[in-house]
Amino acid sequence: MDTTNIHIVEEPEKQLAMHPRKFSMWLFIVTVVMIFAALTSAYIVRQAEGNWREYELPLSLWINSGIIILSSATMHWAYLSAKKDNLEMVKVAISSTTFLGVLFLIGQMWAWNVLVSNEVYFTGGNPSESFLYVLTGLHGAHLVSAIIYLFIVLFATFRYQVHSKNLAKIEMCATYWHFLDILWLYLFIFLLLNH
Amino acid sequence: MATVDIHLNEETAHHGDGHHEHEHHETNFWTHYIFTIDHKMIGKQFLITGIFWALIGGTLSILFRLQLGFPDMDMSWLKPILGKWIEIDTATGFGTLDPEFYLALVTMHGTIMVFFVLTAGLSGTFSNYLIPLQIGARDMASGFMNMLSYWFFFLSSAVMFVSLFIETGPASGGWVIYPPLSALPKAVNGSGLGMTLWLVSMVFFIVSSLLGSINYISTVINLRTKGMSFSKLPLTIWAFFLTAVIGVLSFPVLFAAALLLVFDRSFGTSFYLSEIYIDGEALPNQGGSPILFQHLFWFLGHPEVYIVLLPALGITSEIIATNSRKPIFGYRAMIGSMLGITILSFVVWAHHMFVTGMNPFLGSVFMLLTLIIAVPSAVKVFNYLTTLWRGNLVFTPAMLFSIGLVSFFISGGLTGLFLGNSAIDIQLHDTYFVVAHFHLVMGSASFFGLMAGVYHWFPKMFGRMMDAKLGYIHFWLTFVGVYMVFFPMHYIGIAGYPRRYYSFTNFDTFNSFADLNMFVSIAAICTMTAQFIFLYNFFYSMYRGKKAPLNPWKSNTLEWTTPREPGHGNWPGEIPTVYRWPYDYSKPGADVDFIPQHIPYSETPESNLPYENELIKLEAEDKEVKVADGSKH
Repeated sequence: MDTTNIHIVEEPEKQLAMHPRKFSMWLFIVTVVMIFAALTSAYIVRQAEGNWREYELPLSLWINSGIIILSSATMHWAYLSAKKDNLEMVKVAISSTTFLGVLFLIGQMWAWNVLVSNEVYFTGGNPSESFLYVLTGLHGAHLVSAIIYLFIVLFATFRYQVHSKNLAKIEMCATYWHFLDILWLYLFIFLLLNH
Repeated sequence: MATVDIHLNEETAHHGDGHHEHEHHETNFWTHYIFTIDHKMIGKQFLITGIFWALIGGTLSILFRLQLGFPDMDMSWLKPILGKWIEIDTATGFGTLDPEFYLALVTMHGTIMVFFVLTAGLSGTFSNYLIPLQIGARDMASGFMNMLSYWFFFLSSAVMFVSLFIETGPASGGWVIYPPLSALPKAVNGSGLGMTLWLVSMVFFIVSSLLGSINYISTVINLRTKGMSFSKLPLTIWAFFLTAVIGVLSFPVLFAAALLLVFDRSFGTSFYLSEIYIDGEALPNQGGSPILFQHLFWFLGHPEVYIVLLPALGITSEIIATNSRKPIFGYRAMIGSMLGITILSFVVWAHHMFVTGMNPFLGSVFMLLTLIIAVPSAVKVFNYLTTLWRGNLVFTPAMLFSIGLVSFFISGGLTGLFLGNSAIDIQLHDTYFVVAHFHLVMGSASFFGLMAGVYHWFPKMFGRMMDAKLGYIHFWLTFVGVYMVFFPMHYIGIAGYPRRYYSFTNFDTFNSFADLNMFVSIAAICTMTAQFIFLYNFFYSMYRGKKAPLNPWKSNTLEWTTPREPGHGNWPGEIPTVYRWPYDYSKPGADVDFIPQHIPYSETPESNLPYENELIKLEAEDKEVKVADGSKH
């Protein structure tokens, strides 16, 4: 009893305080979650009203999902290497994450091409078709921001600003990247179940 | 041990206590007043911009009140200001207000007041200004993000301001911008470029609001001074914190809604559009649902009401306790009810949509949830009244405005009970009854919170006092004026008169309300005029006011421990440590009737309660720890 009291009176701020920027990153992630929560619930509400065109999802989305999962693995590899001060490995790992990220975006564009050739269009058609483009496009836009972030971390690595005593940058980058990975998987499963 | 680890891993460890370097920064005009990262200056920037917008929003309301109160008036004298929006009959020289411009006026009045004045001007000002000062922090978690937050708001303001002057006029589909009207540029002039600019402006506004909210939350959670536990936070900070939480959760949803609307407007999708004819010509859009937009919009729109109101309630709690010289009644109940309001605000949105043909069962669910909000609201009202009850009241202008808020919150809140009923809403929906309700409970109450805040913290903001006499005149004219304006609207509304109508003289039913409408318009003009007293007082006192003492209201919170004009970093020395809650007013046994938060219990043996005496031991240990800490650095 006594010890808990001491803790509260002495330094209560320390109990919750975390890196303010990391915390802000989490709050930013919350806002992105809310955007997609809004869009996917709009999707469900609209679908429930009927007049909903069904179509096949392109197979390449499966491959893209594989790519983005792999990129999460390389991102984690980069983080672990930074923790061990293995800077060369960090550069390789971040570069490959960036590469896989770009590959994912190209894959998404390819999926759009396939959709267009299947006569599923962004504009002029049923909302079910437009929704797919909005969801993938908005996720892609966030991924572009994450790739820019990866470049920033990569430059910082070259200037020896990323190492075991200075992990905040790469940690935040990894958090964002994993989040976008999970967000894509959520969207993909959502589309598989509800398209 | 844990703290040591964190500091090793942090590149921004200097945001902690020992952060003094900013105080010695060279500042010039640009870095001090314009691109500042000092939360106090950013708060003032929000305040000044908010006042500017309030003037514009108020002026717009006077224009449409002229039309409503005096439908037969010759408006040609407004021609020099409004230009082509006044149509002059060439034969008689008689001027009338353009009906489409009337719609634009009410739309812009709503948009400006809700977002630019009562969200940015109120929450932006006081969250920025008070959070670091009251929790004992040198600045916000990220000063840079905070600066961006203001400049995105400025950009948003600039775009919205420009939209007032374009040829086709500003957006005119109502501040709720329901499609299909807002989605079809061909439908009405205001849905053209004006609507596009409205959407662009709102996107910047959302970015600004999110940057701000993220910053407020992470500051309140991470940068509190020693001893400032959540159970010792002033209620203002609780209110700003919860407001920011609501903002982070609801503004992204408006973004999603606006994004889909942009696609519908400019790219040819059909999220909200289906089977529409314009001028007998069928549009290609198929399969959209306008109701979908309403769901998305009100998922923001309802929490937005509380984004507007909660900061005002927080400010009021602080001011009423200080000027009643009594602890706030039910501190924990206040926090609980704010938490309750926060949570409930997300599950009541469909009460704005009772008459959209929604399933009556769903309607009754939303009705139930809506009426539950009355419970935390009533808790707050009773706590304000019981704080005032037998208090040693000091009627400063801030106190009067706070009591005025409580009054509006009661009279406006009671009509909420009627509107929340899905059956009664069939009659009252979209009538002046609704207008009266939300202008009292949300508009005027929050505006009074804003005013109370300005009067109360002006001495801290500008180091000078505002003139109290002018404050009293301003208060009474505004308080009486607001009731004169909005109370009669209840009757007009119950009679079924719909809002947003240009004119009602063509309907026999409503002719009998011509006098009442004239009365309302005159009251509105008087109330608006009274605001110039405030403006004069505000700007005059800023330069010529009496120099403020350090703690003019004998208040307990930390901001009054700073110098008269605090520099960047707020406290020249160490940040004070907090030992007690902020409401130790008139504590039995104490020499003075207030004991600030940074006074340890060991210095007030005469007024300590038994359990507080035990805390003295812990304070002593705390001091030792501090000494030990100091020797380490």
